[in-house]
Amino acid sequence: MAKRDLISIDDLSAADVDLLLDTAESFLPVLQRDIKKVPTLRGRTVINMFFESSTRTSTSFDLAAKRLSADTIGIKAKGSAVDKGESLKDTIITLSAYSPDIIVIRHPRAGACQLASANTKASIINAGDGKHQHPSQCLLDLFTLRQAFGRNLKGLKVAIVGDILHSRVARSDIAGFQLLGMEVTVIAPPTMMPREVESLGVKAEYDLADLHKADVIYLLRIQQERISQGANFLPSLREYATVWGVTRSRLRPGQKVMHPGPINRGVEISAAVADDPDTLIARQVEAGLAVRMAILYRTIVGGSDSDTKEAL
Amino acid sequence: MSRAATEVVVLTGDQLVRTLTRIAHEILEKNASDTSLAVVGIHTRGAHLGRRLHGLLSKLSQREIPEGELDISFYRDDVAARDAPGVIPKTPQPVVKDTNLPFDVGGTTVILVDDVLYTGRTIRAAIDALFDYGRPDCIQLAVLVDRGHRELPIRPDYVGKNLPTALAERINVRLRECDGVDEVVLVRSAGEE
Repeated sequence: MAKRDLISIDDLSAADVDLLLDTAESFLPVLQRDIKKVPTLRGRTVINMFFESSTRTSTSFDLAAKRLSADTIGIKAKGSAVDKGESLKDTIITLSAYSPDIIVIRHPRAGACQLASANTKASIINAGDGKHQHPSQCLLDLFTLRQAFGRNLKGLKVAIVGDILHSRVARSDIAGFQLLGMEVTVIAPPTMMPREVESLGVKAEYDLADLHKADVIYLLRIQQERISQGANFLPSLREYATVWGVTRSRLRPGQKVMHPGPINRGVEISAAVADDPDTLIARQVEAGLAVRMAILYRTIVGGSDSDTKEAL
Repeated sequence: MSRAATEVVVLTGDQLVRTLTRIAHEILEKNASDTSLAVVGIHTRGAHLGRRLHGLLSKLSQREIPEGELDISFYRDDVAARDAPGVIPKTPQPVVKDTNLPFDVGGTTVILVDDVLYTGRTIRAAIDALFDYGRPDCIQLAVLVDRGHRELPIRPDYVGKNLPTALAERINVRLRECDGVDEVVLVRSAGEE
């Protein structure tokens, strides 16, 4: 059995996803009791390498590892040897000398995790690589949806609205949502819609006219940090908010709103919608911890009896 | 695989019911004045047995007795070793079930219930898990079958049947709730000397 990595949601089968989400569910009672810790990964080492800013993902991976009794080290580009010009490959080789069991990586470049995996015996977990993938976000989104709509998500209609072009969350979520039988529509300004997006099996729309048809509206932030200086994707944020921003009046009662965060109030989401306790946004953050515990646990422990895949 | 494994029934359905009843009486005899009894079964079959034992204890004692179930996956001592490439873990790691302890464990006398007592490692894990929920006054162990071969200094307080076994043999406990039938069988695998 080769080491297990989690680099793309495409590495997982529907059964793998179910097992991960079930495992996450069994961590919920642990997080509610007085001693919020189990000894499962005692003596293991988890390195969290975050070469891009992050609040939710980095804190929840760190806390998840601690809740499982693993030792954790956090590394940021700033203040590490990366500042002195060390390459990713060399950083990974250096860190591997300390025999970590898992390295969690966030990196601005797509493919950073594959490169890392080829240079270490540690399992690599992708915490977001450029515009490529963000599998743990997808799994926690599925977990949140399962809590809101029940185990069977088949036929659920989701509209992903926003900067699809620059979003790794969109890439992971489209695949993950479809894996569990959901119907995905993507809505974006024409400049922010990836070319030939329909080849992924999604419907593409360019305005909010049909927004009411969706059961779930998944909002994305405009990824300013991935838009090169001077590039002209939008006339202005105000125009974006007017045409594609989701406000209360654009929602039908019962529709659930999700957002991977961080949110930009008044742009893709109005303050009133963001503060509405009926959205699933806070639930997504809560789900992050249990789901990341499940990812770390299954990376070390493996799947159930029927597990034959190299991936989780 | 020319010869089928041989199965010998060591406890029939009737005997199993009588055995549980006897254990229930023993528990009440030993804890006559104890009003803080609680029953906790270990997944999967220990939880079913725990539920039955809880029913018997409630009926016999006419008291409200809390009950719960425990999954020990996160406390196992054989969390798969990673450093052996090409080796599939000896014990497949099962799907984790829910732990449900809807009462305060602190100050109770916990009757821990499992189907088969073997190495004692499951019980070690269960005790560790229990202590993360609270500090029981006392933990007593009830098992349906004790098959020997302990690897840890753990002994049962209540035993349904002592069954000295060879390492190559297996004990299968089948329960109505999950297997459709109540029985305990001893399995000798084919080709074993």
